[in-house]
Amino acid sequence: MQFFLNELKTVLRGLRARKGRSALTILGIVIGVAGVITIISLGAGAQSLILGQITKLGSNLLAIMPGKSNEDGPPAAAYGITITTLTREDAEALRDQIRFPHIMGVSGSVTGTATLLWRNLNVDTFFEAVEADSFSARNIEIASGEFINPTNINANVLVLGQDVKELLFGENDPIGELVKIKNIPFTVIGVAKPRGNVFFNNEDDKVYIPINIGQKQILGINYLQMIGIKVDAAANLESTITDIEQLLRERHNITNPEDDDFAVMNLADAVSLLTTITDALKMFLTLMAGIALLVGGIGIMNIMLVTVAERTREIGLRKAVGATNRSVRNQFLLEAGTLTFLGGIIGIIAGVVISYLVSLGARYAGLDWDFIISPISIILAVGVSILTGVLFGLYPAFKAAKLDPIEALRYE
Amino acid sequence: MLIKLENITKEYHNDDIATPVLKNINLSVREGEFLAIMGPSGSGKSTLMHIMGFLDRPTAGEYFFEGENTTNFTDDELARIRNERVGFVFQSFNLLPRTTVLNNVKLPLVYTHGKNIHGLAEKAIAAVGLGHRADYFTNQISGGEKQRVAIARALVNTPSVIFADEPTGNLDSKSGGAVMHILQELHRQGHTIILVTHEMDTAEHAERLIKIKDGMIMDDQPITARRIAEPDGAINK
Ligand SMILES: Nc1ncnc2c1ncn2[C@@H]1O[C@H](COP(=O)(O)OP(=O)(O)OP(=O)(O)O)[C@@H](O)[C@H]1O
Ligand SMILES: [Mg+2]
Repeated sequence: MQFFLNELKTVLRGLRARKGRSALTILGIVIGVAGVITIISLGAGAQSLILGQITKLGSNLLAIMPGKSNEDGPPAAAYGITITTLTREDAEALRDQIRFPHIMGVSGSVTGTATLLWRNLNVDTFFEAVEADSFSARNIEIASGEFINPTNINANVLVLGQDVKELLFGENDPIGELVKIKNIPFTVIGVAKPRGNVFFNNEDDKVYIPINIGQKQILGINYLQMIGIKVDAAANLESTITDIEQLLRERHNITNPEDDDFAVMNLADAVSLLTTITDALKMFLTLMAGIALLVGGIGIMNIMLVTVAERTREIGLRKAVGATNRSVRNQFLLEAGTLTFLGGIIGIIAGVVISYLVSLGARYAGLDWDFIISPISIILAVGVSILTGVLFGLYPAFKAAKLDPIEALRYE
Repeated sequence: MLIKLENITKEYHNDDIATPVLKNINLSVREGEFLAIMGPSGSGKSTLMHIMGFLDRPTAGEYFFEGENTTNFTDDELARIRNERVGFVFQSFNLLPRTTVLNNVKLPLVYTHGKNIHGLAEKAIAAVGLGHRADYFTNQISGGEKQRVAIARALVNTPSVIFADEPTGNLDSKSGGAVMHILQELHRQGHTIILVTHEMDTAEHAERLIKIKDGMIMDDQPITARRIAEPDGAINK
């Protein structure tokens, strides 16, 4: 132990005497470790962001969209083709508790843009016209007042999203106020709790109105743009999807699934797809960071070889006064390990700072981004960096240990 | 007998051509002797010193050190002997750069795993009269002082024998004389010293003189008219 401490002191003294070179030597390791830390942190942040959005949406949700989901390309709606076959009668049929015992809620909806007028103020926003039981099917929570329900489904009522409420009413209570969309008067009956961004849509910049008014009076259509479904348990999602597809094919007279004019989507699937993508991205970036570490390691080996050559006389002297091959080897391994350990520490600090700055930026951009540094990633980074140092220090160290004392002392 | 060489031979092989450097050397050195080795350049003096100091191995022959046959010792055993029982002083000092006098003298103790490293190093530095230079860096002291630091380093592990290969070769006569004074003082205290030199004047500080030529011992005589070096480097006959 005493010997080790003495050696460490010698090594540190030597490294300090060659500050500039030591700094350049560890640069590769610093970049590699900072890369690993940052990537793992950003990956964790992104995943928690996505998971947070799922919980906001509610679990066990399905969405039925008009038009066939085309595996070879985007759905028809993306080309501006309007499909009018999904109707409120379809939604009603899904409320059959006997046939669909696992469905807890069904909510047909249409959406559009709207200019909301209150006194002499107006605000451009989006509206979502929903059916009476969408409250449960969509996981919307109410901050004050009430949501659209069977008792007011045919009245001119409106629920404000948080952002819209703040824009028009500020801190004032909007309940009971009269607002207008396209000259149609609505009474404000509630304010939704803030939901933040879901898949990059601001869920607070919208208002909710009853389905009839949205369809007939504002949009002038009689079809639905989406039916949201809540299923009782995750285990029943797959079977419910099959049941829904069967029902809709019956109702739309479709015999061949190729001809489907609707698509049933599982939000969990979308999420797991996203997770798969971010995982793959993480793997790729980690690989890049690994390559940076490898390059850093080769840099270490290079510098260590130069150091061994430069210090040949010193090695000869050490052997002449009694250093064994093993202690010479250990000295150089210790030196490489110390260098990479320092590189690892600096890299960790840099990585944490970068991750923190990114999380600040993401929050500034309105994302619900968590700043996450996993202890595993730090242990991994330090471990890998020391290992790199020792591994790439091995060859130079053995080279130094093998030197013949007389040859080494004669070296010019 | 401290050192006993029996038929020591050393050959270097370059491109399969064997160059003999030492030929059948037989030599004994008693404890407490002060031996000088002289000879022309290339005669094999340094090679002989390196073999006796366990820095090099002979091609053939047997080497008994303190009664032990060291011929088949492993590298680690030789490192241990170099560390504990042998001190070496080189013509070109061989001090660590960017390092203090004290840390240079400590160097052998680092490999001894012993205690009181600091005290032993300070004692050795005081013995060569450099107590006031202990915290100087090696580039801040004169050549003569460097060689005295090297002697302190050779001394610090209280070795059985000190080898000095042309210790005054890079010094002017005054600082050379100071170095010889220290070696004579160490000898007076009972240390065994083996010195290689080119100059008869320097050799005459010893008690016994060996002349070697072409790798063979030509002459082995006691020195009758011994020189005594003063602490300030002046030499009296
Ligand atoms: N590694 C080597 N390979 C080949 N020949 C060598 C090697 N080392 C030394 N020699 C040869 O061995 C001979 C003796 O060398 P050595 O250094 O012992 O001489 P020396 O008596 O100390 O000379 P000097 O007084 O110049 O120091 C020289 O001829 C030298 O060229
Ligand atoms: Mg020589």
